[in-house]
Amino acid sequence: MRSADTLEFAWRVVRGSPGRTLLILLAMSIGVAAVVAVSSIGEGARLYVVNQFGSLGTHLVIVLPGRSETAGAMPGVLIGKTPRDLTLDDALALKRSHAIRRLAPLIVGAGDVHVGARRRETPVLGSTAELMAIRSMAMAQGQFLPSGDPRHSQPVCVIGAKVADELFAGRRALGEWLRIGDRRFRVVGVLASQGQSLGFNTDEIVIVPLAAAQALFNTEALFRVLVEAKSREQIAIAKSDIEDILRERHDGKRDVTVITQDAVLATFDRILRALTLAVGGLAAISLAVAGILIMNVMLISVTQRRGEIGLLKALGATGGNIRAMFFAEAALLALGGAALGLAAGKLGQLVFGQLYPSIPFTPPWWAVIAAPLTAVLTAVLFSVAPARRAARLDPVRALSKR
Amino acid sequence: MIRLSGIERVFRVGDEAVHALRGATLDINDGEYLSLMGPSGSGKSTLLNLIGLLDRPSAGRYELDGRDVTDLDDDELSRVRREHIGFVFQFFHLVPRLTAGENIELPMVLAGIAPEERRQRLARLLAEYGLQERAKHRPDQLSGGQCQRVAIARAMSMGPGVILADEPTGNLDRHTGQDVMAVLERVHEAGGTLVVVTHDGEIGARARRRLRMIDGEIVSDERN
Repeated sequence: MRSADTLEFAWRVVRGSPGRTLLILLAMSIGVAAVVAVSSIGEGARLYVVNQFGSLGTHLVIVLPGRSETAGAMPGVLIGKTPRDLTLDDALALKRSHAIRRLAPLIVGAGDVHVGARRRETPVLGSTAELMAIRSMAMAQGQFLPSGDPRHSQPVCVIGAKVADELFAGRRALGEWLRIGDRRFRVVGVLASQGQSLGFNTDEIVIVPLAAAQALFNTEALFRVLVEAKSREQIAIAKSDIEDILRERHDGKRDVTVITQDAVLATFDRILRALTLAVGGLAAISLAVAGILIMNVMLISVTQRRGEIGLLKALGATGGNIRAMFFAEAALLALGGAALGLAAGKLGQLVFGQLYPSIPFTPPWWAVIAAPLTAVLTAVLFSVAPARRAARLDPVRALSKR
Repeated sequence: MIRLSGIERVFRVGDEAVHALRGATLDINDGEYLSLMGPSGSGKSTLLNLIGLLDRPSAGRYELDGRDVTDLDDDELSRVRREHIGFVFQFFHLVPRLTAGENIELPMVLAGIAPEERRQRLARLLAEYGLQERAKHRPDQLSGGQCQRVAIARAMSMGPGVILADEPTGNLDRHTGQDVMAVLERVHEAGGTLVVVTHDGEIGARARRRLRMIDGEIVSDERN
């Protein structure tokens, strides 16, 4: 029997009983749609996180005090023990490395910021002019912190858009004075709205020169040093340079943690990929359920079509012909279900995309291939038993009306 | 040429062994017209199924055109059946979702004959059995007589040497039944071997050679 004829025959069977066909298509498409939708949510989450890390800046190396073996946690969350502080002099010493383009020491604290009677608690970052380039920040108005010797500071600050809005209530903030604790700072710039990065919402922060922050929080200890390597290839060199320089300065002790963006990203990437696979696998269970449904319906069909199968054998169909017909039928149903499921999954993805525009929902390529493939495979696999039963039917008994 | 020697067929029903055929020995020459008669349960349908290779004998030997077909496997049996034997049944056994034309084409489809060749043969068969007008009709839109004509055309589509008909008129009124017999007899006139199982004496009497069976044995073999 020719393959085209086998398919045609199966197609007639599928069309011949629309109720049964619809039922199987529904089950199959739910399975495929579930795999596609769930894995696209997982993939969306992964891309979201990866993009967020990307906004940290290019070729970024983060130095934090304390030795921690975990490189996988977010830098904003990691609290290492600090046997010895990381100081501004440590940071400036790093400039000896040729692999480093620029660096920005960072002190973080919470400050009570007020303008007249308006006050607000915000995160206050102490840093240098180079922070802007490293973090690829943009200004809405004015300038970033002035460059110059980081040991001395001018009483200036840069504020986030939301802070400007709340403290100055629509008035022009540029050039005005504000107080943090009992110190006065002049606003020299307002940050452009940029969203979340490094654990802070840049709309809600105040940035002051490093020396001012040291005085404000009465500490010499740096929270982080952000280092930008000269190129992607130099990241590893920068990392080992940093470790060498700081060990030398800290009496031979390795008491800092150096995180490269690549390592963090790779870890997150791996975790989220595994998660996507896991939930995709869970959704695939519904494919197996659909496969079992196909098997049941096929078994019923073998019983109902005994007469027809007996006839086909009497007309010269071999066992192989009969099996091929059942496989073709199952494959057709699975393909139809898979196509419907892919469409439904795409639709679900679009709906989610509308609801959460910031997360890039897209099904991973492997899901788009694996889901229909699994559907067809399970369908054919689960129709092995019915097909064998049909092929083994005794034609004499199948043809008799008893 | 069909040559059966010492054919036994034993069915097991629970603990009991039922002998449907007891040592049937029979030669049928090419082009013979033969009727098989007898009360129900006498084994005539079992014999027909054995001749048609739908069933295997428990003992004995079956030669078809000089070839021993007793011990062929299922797929080989299917192929021999496809090439050499056409079946006509009491209940027509047409596939309800296929048109008359598609039903006639079915054995050719199963044999893997190319669509173009199929189309030509189908056109010839439709013309030969007066079914041109009905080719696009489904079985439920056809009368009993027309259904049986379609079934006969289907049985003939692979050009087999042997046509086996099991109660071909059993589901038809007298007039239509005679009509259908006339169509079947045309096959015989064209040189084919025709075996008809019936319990209608009038139908059985039309054959040149008449066998009677009782309790699994051939008790008489008349010719004229």
